[in-house]
Parts: sequence; C-alpha cells; structure tokens
Amino acid sequence: MDLKELYQEIILDHGKNPRNLGKFENFNKDAEGYNPLCGDKVHVYLKLNENKEIEDISFEGHGCAISMASASIMTELMKDKKNPEVKEILNDFLDMIKQSPELKSQLIKEDEKTKLMSLSGVKQYPMRVKCATIAWHALASAMDYKKDENDSEKFI
Amino acid sequence: MSLKDIKKEFPIFNNKIQNNDLVYLDSANSSQKPQVVVDRIYDFYTKEFSNVGRSIHYLAVAATNLYENTRTLVQKYINAKDKNEIVFTKGATEAINLVANTFGQKYLKEGDEVLLTELEHHSNYVPWHYLRKSKGVKIKFAEMDENGDVTLETIEKNISDKTKIIAITHLSNVTGAILPVKEITKLAHSKNIPVLIDGCQGAPHLKLDMQDLDCDFYAISCHKMYGPTGLGILYAKKKWLEELPPYQGGGGMIREVKKEGITFGELPNKYEAGTMATAQVIAFGESIKFINKIGIENIEKHERELTVYGEEVLRKNNSVKLIGNPKDKGSVLSFTLDGVHPHDIATILDEDGVAIRAGHHCCQILHEKLGLSATARASLGVYNTKEDLDQLNESLNKCKKIFS
Repeated sequence: MDLKELYQEIILDHGKNPRNLGKFENFNKDAEGYNPLCGDKVHVYLKLNENKEIEDISFEGHGCAISMASASIMTELMKDKKNPEVKEILNDFLDMIKQSPELKSQLIKEDEKTKLMSLSGVKQYPMRVKCATIAWHALASAMDYKKDENDSEKFI
Repeated sequence: MSLKDIKKEFPIFNNKIQNNDLVYLDSANSSQKPQVVVDRIYDFYTKEFSNVGRSIHYLAVAATNLYENTRTLVQKYINAKDKNEIVFTKGATEAINLVANTFGQKYLKEGDEVLLTELEHHSNYVPWHYLRKSKGVKIKFAEMDENGDVTLETIEKNISDKTKIIAITHLSNVTGAILPVKEITKLAHSKNIPVLIDGCQGAPHLKLDMQDLDCDFYAISCHKMYGPTGLGILYAKKKWLEELPPYQGGGGMIREVKKEGITFGELPNKYEAGTMATAQVIAFGESIKFINKIGIENIEKHERELTVYGEEVLRKNNSVKLIGNPKDKGSVLSFTLDGVHPHDIATILDEDGVAIRAGHHCCQILHEKLGLSATARASLGVYNTKEDLDQLNESLNKCKKIFS
C-alpha cells in the first residue's frame, strides 16, 4: 500500500477546494448518494435540457477527501456532456475503480484521464472504494439510469 | 497476572500487521483475544465436542457441564442472585431485541413511552423503534449535554406517567460518559419503571454488581470482553424472565409439544432456543477467568490512567479536538482533526499499524447532535500502553502533514 498513491496532489487539491460545490438555482434533476458505513452524503444537482445534455452540474455534501475530490472531478468532467456519453464515461470510471487497470472510453480526454486515474489508488483500499464512487452513483440516479440486471456494477 | 507483559497473552501482537507492530485502539468495537480463549475453542472442538443439554452420552454430559460452568462464572462475575438470570444470546443486540420484543409484546400499548438517551448505540434504539410501528409506542430521548453526559436530572425531566421502561447505555461508546446508572435505576424504581442497561461498553471495563445496581436488564457483548464473537449475555431479574413470554421458538426451550398446544421449558432454557453458540460459551468462561486473574479493578485503573494520559497527549496537539468531556469517563477517546476527515485519518493511521475507528460508531443520533457526520475514535483495552497513545499522536501529525 502506498499513501502517496491514494492521496495524490490532485485529490488533496480537489478535496480541499472542491469545484462546483453548492446547490444552484434552476436545477431540474437531483439525487443523493449515501454511504451508511460512514454517514457521508453527496447530493448531485443537474440542469438537463431536452436533449439530455448536462447544462450545469454541482454537488453538496460532506465526506472524506476521496469522496469530495471524486465528486469535484466528476462535476468538472460531466459539464456539457450528454446522454449516452455520460453513461459511457460513468460505466468506464466505475469499471476502472473496481477492476480495470485503465479507462477505455474514447470520450475521455487525456488530461481528464489523468484526473480520474488519480482516484485509482482506492483499489488498494477496498473499504474506500465507496468513497470514490458515491457521487457517481448519485449522478446515475439523477440521470435515471438503472442497474443492469446481469451486471449490478453497470448502469444501463 | 501482571499488566506489564499483558500484550504477550494476546497472540495477535506476536505478528506484524502489514509490516507494522499493531497499535490496536479499537477495543470499543471489539477486543483482541487472549491465547487461553483461542486455545479453549480449539480444544473443545478437537477433544470435547458435543451438543449440550440433549443427549446423555459422555461427551454430551461433559459439554453441558462446561456450558453451565460459564453461566455460573458469569453469574459470579456480575454478582447476579441466581444463575438462571443469565441468558446466553447471539450478542448484546439480540439481548436488547429479546427484551424490547417480549416486554413490548406483553406490557406496551399505544401512547406508552420508552425513554432512551441521545447517547444510545443503534442497537439500543432500533429494537425499540419496531414498537412504534407495531404498538404505537412513543420513543423519547434524554438529551446529551455539551460535555457528552446525560445527567440524572435530565432523565428525571423526561420521565412521564406514560414511561413504561428506561433503556440506557452504561458507558457511551463515543463520548465515554459513564452514566449514573445506579441512581437512575433507583429513581426509575421509585416510579415503578423497569430499567435496561446496555452494558456493551460497561462490562469490559467496570466492576459490575447486579444486586447492588438493581437494574432489571443488563446486556453484555462477549466479544468486547476478550471473548469470542457470536455471543452475548442478557442478565434479567428472575421475575422478568418468568413473567415475559418466550422470544424465539424451537428445540430446547419447550417442556411439552402436542398438536393442540405447547408448554414452555424452565429457565434459562426458555430463552435459549436451538443449538446455542456452545464453543463460544465455553471459551467465554476463559475470558472471565482471564479478567479475574488480572482483576477488573486493576484493568479499570490501568485504562483510566491511560485515558487521562491520552487526553493529555491529544490536548497538547493543537489540531485535535476531543469530543466529550464527561464527569466520569471510560476509556474512549473520540476526536476530530482540523482539515482531515475521520475516514482519511483512519486510512493514514492504518498505514502505521494504528487501528482506530472512524465514522458514526453506530450513533447517528449523537453525531447529529454534535453536528458532525463522523468522528475518529481511539478506544482502549487492557493491552494498551502509553507508547500506543504516543504512536497515535505521531501518526496524527503525519495526517496533518499530508493534508497541510
């Protein structure tokens, strides 16, 4: 285990100064992610237009550096993305956090990949995986994605 | 047995945990096990195993005697009047569920009140919550003050003529507050209200005397007392165990079973349906003997000294904020660290072999009151030393450095 890998600069920065923090007016979709183990909460707010494009996104919540950084990075990345890209990126991220050594989606730019991969350190800390995914699960509910019946780790 | 070399009695400390010496500060969650307890489980399964209370062959009789010996050891340890006042359960949680369920079934009706405190662990709230739905029972919470205490006066203020039972913790697993349970019991009894004490944190650290305390029910968690998991104890005054209906139905708890109806067995079998955690009960006898060898008074003294030392060390650390400053405090040190979430603290400490707990510690009501979603908690056991607390402080400084 390596703490430096878990608490990389990007994570410490986003954890301390989360981007897109706070509820904004005119949101039309929202959902809460909750970790019953620790009581951490992340509430995601979206402004979705009729093309299911995320015009604006923010989050509120309290939690550890990992959950706050993950929510912050996610909101930066998802702004102006639309369905089904959002779903593809979301599934790709969850797959990477749980098992895949890399991000596969072509929709994610190199600099975005670097940011997302900074969260990959949680793989070595199974109890912390939920911290990295809580905001992403909230986003999935806000987008009305459902879990795949044959693969509960995947959203359809 | 001397406390100086007590770590040697616990095999977990003989091995490195991820290349570190283990600094175990999570005993309020569960304690480590001495070799004698581990050996007893092994010996029972390898040389003496049989089910208890049923067959009449040699092994069955011997196992039954061993099982009942633990009941007697527990009775003496907590100074209960009768050995049949000791009921084995699968945990303290089940012990409280047993009382909430059977007492609720027989004595509670719509509008009746159950008085708890804001300090309660979920296991002394959730079982009572079911009675809200099934019976329309009201639950009241005696308030925690700014020191993390619940006083006798606050309990008194919350008692009404509708209060039918008071269920309170002996020692808070978050603030460390030791409640004046004897005085509360006396007050409650003066108003004919029975008292249940959640003794999960009390029993491993404080000398118990049920006859002196006079409470009606006392729940114990064996795995927090250097004993095996899967085992708890309900102490209940005999009159309650006789009056209350059975909890679970099954083998062992009946007297006669016919198609037309059933009569139930005598105490303590009435509440021990099915095959019990036999090996755990027998091994728990060794936990009691282990505690007796050191002396619970010596354990308490050692832990109180360490708690004071730990508080001193943490108070000197400007970034640490201790949670709770109760009048009488058990060996629990809950805290927050400026700018670092408790979960991050726990992960970073773990890297140094320092095992603490982070989160709400199954006390969400209490954390809501504190205005915190989580705290970090170092909790002590007989095997802890001042060096462990120094290491805790050093590792907390490492957290600060990472997050600075």
